Amino acid sequence: MKYRSVFDIIGPVMIGPSSSHTAGAARIGRVARSLFGREPKWANISLYGSFAKTYKGHGTDVAIIGGLLDFDTDDVRIINAIDIAKERGIKLRFIEEEAITDHPNTARVIIGDDKGELELVGISIGGGKIEITELNGFELKLSGNHPAILVVHNDRFGAIASVSNVLAKYEINIGHMEVSRKEIGKLALMTIEVDQNIDKIVIQELEQLPNILKVTKIVD
Amino acid sequence: MFRNVAELVELAISKNKKISEIMIEQEMEVTGRTREEVLAFMDRNLRVMEEAVERGIKGVKSHSGLTGGDAVLMQKYIEKGNFLSGKTVLDAVSKAVATNEVNAAMGTICATPTAGSAGVVPGTLFAVKEKLNPSREEMVAFLFTAGAFGFVVANNASISGAAGGCQAEVGSASGMAAAAIVEMAGGTPEQCAEAMAITLKNMLGLVCDPVAGLVEVPCVKRNAMGAANAMVAADMALAGITSRIPCDEVIDAMYKIGQSMPTALKETAQGGLAATPTGRELEAKIFGIPRV
Repeated sequence: MKYRSVFDIIGPVMIGPSSSHTAGAARIGRVARSLFGREPKWANISLYGSFAKTYKGHGTDVAIIGGLLDFDTDDVRIINAIDIAKERGIKLRFIEEEAITDHPNTARVIIGDDKGELELVGISIGGGKIEITELNGFELKLSGNHPAILVVHNDRFGAIASVSNVLAKYEINIGHMEVSRKEIGKLALMTIEVDQNIDKIVIQELEQLPNILKVTKIVD
Repeated sequence: MFRNVAELVELAISKNKKISEIMIEQEMEVTGRTREEVLAFMDRNLRVMEEAVERGIKGVKSHSGLTGGDAVLMQKYIEKGNFLSGKTVLDAVSKAVATNEVNAAMGTICATPTAGSAGVVPGTLFAVKEKLNPSREEMVAFLFTAGAFGFVVANNASISGAAGGCQAEVGSASGMAAAAIVEMAGGTPEQCAEAMAITLKNMLGLVCDPVAGLVEVPCVKRNAMGAANAMVAADMALAGITSRIPCDEVIDAMYKIGQSMPTALKETAQGGLAATPTGRELEAKIFGIPRV
């Protein structure tokens, strides 16, 4: 079931005018921000389908930038997000894509600074709910409903077991887990949705494990 | 966890509880939150809805200038007293419009189930409130009942205009409101489902064709009629009228109609009212460039 909570239906409290094109867009931007871990210096945003056709009317552009600035869906600063981003020296570029995507409300967000960059594809499925379908070239399915950790690792035997062992040691229950890789034996990504929030110490311990390259957490 | 309306109604009957109560219990179970937390969260959403209605009824204008002020006109008309339909229906219309006018003006609203359809549920709630004098708890319960039916639609069909057209947004909102009105008025869980079915049947096929891609024309007035539709369907269900097609099958029909609807009519501003000469003219004026 895509929708689990009554507050997915009666909610979110948000700045208008569209739950999918404004609130959902803000949430996609905010997940990107959360994964990047800091304010980006630049952002290239590609919009597809209904997003591409109607973003000006719905404030989709403003909302995604609001999310990148870490504003929640009901934060009135969303209205002026583009101006705020420009004042902070963030370079913005919007691209209206013609390509047809699986979901009509799709955005590809590429953000970065001099230390690194991040590429993410998010879809807004209705009523403000979103899913992340791609991260740095890896396919995944992340609802953003639960706390989650993303683990970049080498595609080797034992890597998955070692991560789940550490989570078990801290009594953290896994609700949903997915593994994705680009090529056999190269880089891979684990997406793990959990029921409890994860302490920093767990993240540090995970990063010490062999074949584990980077661990990022997303808080609910 | 209930997966469809039949299971929801069955749960309510077998436990001898209201639909709202079944929704509250499921929410506690799924999220691990306490009853107090769940109720307090919904109360906060109710407060946002109240504030939006109050603001809209005093009069707002959107940035584009396409919408605003109609809620005020309707309230003044009601005050004069020589209306034709009924006071509660018109009050619901006015308050639904008020909410969507605030939404169009980039004000704060609570999506129910979406922002574009955010007027219907609060519009009917605050109109029916004048008639039934519910307690605060009953008003919160209204939102859980509406949420329970919306939950089924969202999981079995869609609540996105881009995926299913306006029938998925205002249609769903209208059905949710009708069911919630029935419960508040003392109807049975079965009658709630009948009201939802009757409402949604009359919203099937409704396309999403916003002028200039803005959630204004025709969205605000569709919320008005969504509220009116919900009120009448609730009265029909309370009168004992039933839908020949069961609620779950109506929801499924809505989903399939949405899938076969052309993209031009699903929130792309390329067909329907958006593509009329006046729609195009307004679009060009608002964005300063013709985007044909």
